[in-house]
Amino acid sequence: MKQGKTNVSLLHKNYLHSLTIKKRWVRFYQIVIFLLFFSSWEISSQKRWIDPLLFSSPSKIWDLFLEKLQDGSLMANLGVTLTETIFGFILGTLLGTVLAALLWWSPMLSKIVDPYLVILNAMPKVALGPILIVALGPGYPSIIAMGAIISVIITTIVVYTSFKEVDPNYLKVLQTFGATRLQCFKEAILPASFPTIISTLKVNVGLSWVGVIVGEFLVSSRGLGYFIIYGFQVFNFTLVFLSLLVIAVVATIMYQLVELLEKKLIKE
Amino acid sequence: MSFLAIKDIHHTYFTKASATTALSEISLHVEEGEFISFLGPSGCGKTTLLSIIAGLIKPTQGTILLENKPITGLKNQIGYMLQQDYLFPWKTIEENILIGLKLSKQLNEQTKSAALDLLNQMGLKGIEKQLPKQLSGGMRQRAALVRTLATEPKLLMLDEPFSALDYQTKLKLEDLVSNTLDSFGKTAILVTHDIGEAIAMSDRVVLFSPSPGKIHKVFEMPEELRNISPFNARNHEAFSSIFQKIWKELDSLETGKN
Repeated sequence: MKQGKTNVSLLHKNYLHSLTIKKRWVRFYQIVIFLLFFSSWEISSQKRWIDPLLFSSPSKIWDLFLEKLQDGSLMANLGVTLTETIFGFILGTLLGTVLAALLWWSPMLSKIVDPYLVILNAMPKVALGPILIVALGPGYPSIIAMGAIISVIITTIVVYTSFKEVDPNYLKVLQTFGATRLQCFKEAILPASFPTIISTLKVNVGLSWVGVIVGEFLVSSRGLGYFIIYGFQVFNFTLVFLSLLVIAVVATIMYQLVELLEKKLIKE
Repeated sequence: MSFLAIKDIHHTYFTKASATTALSEISLHVEEGEFISFLGPSGCGKTTLLSIIAGLIKPTQGTILLENKPITGLKNQIGYMLQQDYLFPWKTIEENILIGLKLSKQLNEQTKSAALDLLNQMGLKGIEKQLPKQLSGGMRQRAALVRTLATEPKLLMLDEPFSALDYQTKLKLEDLVSNTLDSFGKTAILVTHDIGEAIAMSDRVVLFSPSPGKIHKVFEMPEELRNISPFNARNHEAFSSIFQKIWKELDSLETGKN
């Protein structure tokens, strides 16, 4: 009996050990890819296998990073873009959810606007950029609007679908207690769709970055999008790459934060 | 005057392709404190009739009177229990059982403690702060019963509430529900396709025939079965003869169809 027990705990130990080893290998290869990518980039740039003017090199980008960090312009511009993105995606998600709620409230309305939603969803929203700039002026409002508009329609569609898919028996339970439509929405529809809303938040983080960067391309004299367009105009591709890398890192962090929020909020 | 009067109910479902008559000429009177079962093959409109009595569906024709008042506009007079518990997974058990009181704005210290007392009586002590997923199927269905009873409905609708449970849990719950309803003197209607369950729990069994749903026959349960618990009723000598009788009727419905 005791023999059997130690055997099991030994086996379990071995199993855990094999899991850790697997995990370490995965990490190892991830780091190898990372190092391989940047070192081959650096070497091929220095050996002039690729055009250093066009493709820059990690060391030049790093130097520029330190320089821009010191003169404060990187943080200032990152701050601008980040603020616009956060407002953009929160606005997009909230507006999309409110629209979805309206559609759920009135089945008639949802039938009427259905084809328009499909058209709006299919249309490339960034094409609205010039109109937004003229309407809202070149500045924060039009760029935030860009970040929001790019995600609002898809959010509406996804959240509305999830509203409709809530098990009707939950509504039946509430109706037997004489619940109004508003109470049904508050007690069943909205909380049941909470996971979907959070997951659209994750998608919208990515979308809003696209909207905001394009918006900055068009108008701004500040922000990372401006850095990219400026670097392109003066043929400083090191600046373009620097902005790209910073965006990649910050967008990843934002995504992780939303994921963390998801874990905190959803108890189930 | 009877407690619940079902008067000449017809109901037809309309779809693009067809109009299906689900119920036809349903008339029934239920006395206060009575336990009635609706028994019949699937598709005979039992659940539809239950929804109509609960005021969730408006019948194409006919009226339902509860204590001489039309059912529409009566709130919280009727409790409804579904096949599954449908406890809200994001609410704690306490929030779940108080939802009916909250919605009808009857929630106060008194009603709250009454609901929590009921929870204790159901053998669910100390789980108020837990989420439904932490409970077993039987416990969840008991919590759902507490939720239904918390608003003190006059009439209770049980829509196959035991069908998703394992046999042992089902037998225990039958006794518990039966006892609870007896002690509160509640009137109840049970929808089931389980003949044994119908006999063991009810005072009267209403047998439905399908397409369109009609009342085929009403069986009065013998006095000796009514006064004992469902579990004991299943073991009573009178049980099997009435079981045979209903079984034959059900069988004749099926063969008559073919």
